[in-house]
Amino acid sequence: MIVNEQVAVDHGLKKEEYAKICELLKRSPNITELGIFSAMWNEHCSYKSSRLHLKKLPTKGKKVIQGPGENAGVIDIEDNDAIVFKIESHNHPSFIEPYQGAATGVGGIMRDVFTMGARPIANLNSIHFGSPQNKKTKNLLRGVVHGIGGYGNCMGVPTIAGQTSFDSSYNGNILVNAMTLGLVKKDKIFYSKAAGLNKPVIYVGSKTGRDGIHGASMASASFDEKIEEKKPTVQVGDPFTEKLLLEACLELMAGDSIIAIQDMGAAGLTSSSIEMASKGNLGIEINLNKVPCRETKMTPYEIMLSESQERMLIVLENGKEEQAKKIFDKWNLDFAVIGKTTKSKKIELYFDEEKVADIPVNTLVENSPMYDRKWKKAKLPKKNKIKKEDLKHLKIIDVLKKILANPNVCSKEWIWQQYDHTVMGDTIQKPGGDSGVVRVHGTDKAVAASVDSSAIYCWAHPLTGGKQVVCESFRNLISVGAKPIAITNCLNFGSPENEENMGEFVECVQGIGEASEYLKFPVVSGNVSFYNQTKEEGIKPTPAIGGVGLLKNYQNMTTMDFKEVDNLVLVIGKTEGHIDQSLFARNILDEKNGPPPEVNLFNEKNNGETLLKLIDNNLIKSAHDVSLGGIITAVSKMCIKGKKGINIKKPKYLINEIEYFFAEDQGRYIIEINKKDFKKVADILHKNAVHFDELGTINENELYINDKTKVTIDELSTSNKSWLTNYMSK
Amino acid sequence: MKSSVITFPGSNCDRDMDVALKKFGFKNKMVWHADAELPKSDLVVLPGGFSYGDYLRCGSMASKSKIMHSVINFANSGGMVMGICNGFQILVETGLVPGVLLRNKYLEFICKNVFVKINDKKNKYFKNVNNDVLEFHIAHNEGNYFCTNDQLKEIEDNNQIAINYCDENGKIEDQFNPNGSIKNIAGIFNKEKNVLGMMPHPERMIDASLSGEDGSLFFKNLINNLK
Repeated sequence: MIVNEQVAVDHGLKKEEYAKICELLKRSPNITELGIFSAMWNEHCSYKSSRLHLKKLPTKGKKVIQGPGENAGVIDIEDNDAIVFKIESHNHPSFIEPYQGAATGVGGIMRDVFTMGARPIANLNSIHFGSPQNKKTKNLLRGVVHGIGGYGNCMGVPTIAGQTSFDSSYNGNILVNAMTLGLVKKDKIFYSKAAGLNKPVIYVGSKTGRDGIHGASMASASFDEKIEEKKPTVQVGDPFTEKLLLEACLELMAGDSIIAIQDMGAAGLTSSSIEMASKGNLGIEINLNKVPCRETKMTPYEIMLSESQERMLIVLENGKEEQAKKIFDKWNLDFAVIGKTTKSKKIELYFDEEKVADIPVNTLVENSPMYDRKWKKAKLPKKNKIKKEDLKHLKIIDVLKKILANPNVCSKEWIWQQYDHTVMGDTIQKPGGDSGVVRVHGTDKAVAASVDSSAIYCWAHPLTGGKQVVCESFRNLISVGAKPIAITNCLNFGSPENEENMGEFVECVQGIGEASEYLKFPVVSGNVSFYNQTKEEGIKPTPAIGGVGLLKNYQNMTTMDFKEVDNLVLVIGKTEGHIDQSLFARNILDEKNGPPPEVNLFNEKNNGETLLKLIDNNLIKSAHDVSLGGIITAVSKMCIKGKKGINIKKPKYLINEIEYFFAEDQGRYIIEINKKDFKKVADILHKNAVHFDELGTINENELYINDKTKVTIDELSTSNKSWLTNYMSK
Repeated sequence: MKSSVITFPGSNCDRDMDVALKKFGFKNKMVWHADAELPKSDLVVLPGGFSYGDYLRCGSMASKSKIMHSVINFANSGGMVMGICNGFQILVETGLVPGVLLRNKYLEFICKNVFVKINDKKNKYFKNVNNDVLEFHIAHNEGNYFCTNDQLKEIEDNNQIAINYCDENGKIEDQFNPNGSIKNIAGIFNKEKNVLGMMPHPERMIDASLSGEDGSLFFKNLINNLK
């Protein structure tokens, strides 16, 4: 095939980019080489629109062992234990083929984690769908949930937490972000940097097929009416093989034969070999005839661009091949020496004794395009004046029931019951709480993890929204008694070539950066997904933040269910009555404008750290952060979970009940304490200058407001639990 | 007491079972599926997971694996063999216990706590358990127990039903059946009651921080019965 500018454009490259390739090579590339460039230079692999901005994120900290740039981030949890974690998107494939798209998303992220030597101990996910009324939504949701479950359940890794939202901006582009945490000994972490000359390059795992060719390029473009034709670019998952690969790799890693290891994810053999060479400042030579293939007559182009799953590339110490092969034989996996490291600093590929590619590694990596895209700064919208008469006719219990049944608030049990969340025998906080918590096997420690996003706030004002998501993650960890350590982010946006979308990206990243810097909650890994867009219509900006925290003693973990009648309930943090962009404003008043709630980083940090102090002093019986739907929604959930009621007295300072109960001001938590501890708790809160309200007292089974309005918890529970089940069974 | 847990390549509850057995006093050995010999054991456990991927009927390939010849011989000579979840699926495929396990009625994987009623205590698994109802945990996609009418009659005549899904008071009704199993069957014995297959995972209920502690009750009792 003759390569020219048009062929390059068909590969998703821009004309200027093709010219640059010719200039770097000092000739035109052949078709295999062009394929390799297109795979390495697409948005998904090269981060060409985002790199400039991602550099500004804080990535260092006392507990950070490895920041961005490796397969996943690594943090120190003491006693020579470390947690490896990352979140990644699989949005485009999941829309085209929900089951396989979601399944391979989960498979891919687990591979990223065990590539580093860590056994996966928990999975999480953040999934976003179009409006429930959209005719595709139900099938996409079902397919994605089955796919996530199908893969994670078979791997035997518990899915401990997640987030699901519905918004019409996802009608044509759903989001599927998968996160994995793995546990590793600090001195047994494996990296992808190749080292040494003439070291054997080993291919292990599944055979290479024709699935997923151009997957990464597909994920770097917007959708149009021809998306159905892209089905062949979606990879097909085989969780059983991945389970074998996991066990085989960990067995090999127990020895000392591996120099570098890298999973074959996006852009398969191409990106894995090039990344290893690039990090080691070496060359790699591969004989493509040696690559185990599933199908006959695969061309070098297809072999290099296949995104077949469950494969790894390893640089081994000389002489260790036999010993390594034995392990892979035991697990019935392919094992092939396909090449070696060289000093050429080039990627050199041979097929049928002919050289089919010869590319300097730096042209693919360091010289890959980087764009300073134009972007538009967002203005802070003006506050709405809510008219008293709009609120007058509202009955608080009716509103509450509507909110509890709102698709974005309702119980997601239908989803997480389909995920094995208890395998491995260490899940001590299941999905449905503020964070999932798993014990570090055989120790007193536990790790908490949560995944959050607030697309509405980010859409209304990206800078504030970016900060808010990080704070929400911080709060969710603190609510279970964990000390927040670090985050991973999955940045889902529309087209970077659109100034407004690019502006959303830039400012959300700035917000994330500011909050994580202030809260000492650094970003250690992440992923960017642009072009979540169908024709001109982009999604609402949806950065998803995966937070990880540590409990030194898992017995100190808190949960959100109310525990005991007569205990006191307090609100930590001040309620200012911010209604704009709240679930209440958008869904009850149908008011979609206005700014999101302000984020005060000082209060976030102070309130959160003070609550942790209370938890460490054993003063907290239950805790839950206040988010969507405000105080009354948070309290209702605590009632539903604990099967208890509450007598609420609204504090006097905000006149309007509706504002007090439904406002979404930030930095707030609901806590339950024993009456006898009130003075101690109040002292600690006062001493740390934390505002709190006395909200009420726990009772048997009813929610009373100011002694005049009441509803049974059973009724609230029905509102909260039935929406999703009914929706899915219709 | 000596126990052996069989590890198939896709087993994923083998470690959990090992932890549970050891916690309650068993000397446990892990046995690889490709081994031919079973170590001397008082109890053999087929753990949960996806044995060989289960892309074919669950458990069908595992039932033909090398170690299973020894396990079948062991069972036929009266040895105690317990299959949990995927282990139960393997047991029905070997024919050691009657019936089959179909896909769950609502076609979805289910992971949650359930209550089961002990149907028969004249066996080494449940003898001396004080409670009649236990809270266990299930996590499966194919746990919908089915058998022919003739088989059912035989099972009932021989009192081979081990446990049934029920509510916390032991009421066995359709609404407490999580997967569509015939007669709410959650676990079943062979005729001699030395082989038990059940969907629930007692090994996930062994301390207060997990889903509950009725698994502890089960294992403590089991080791005492074997002594």
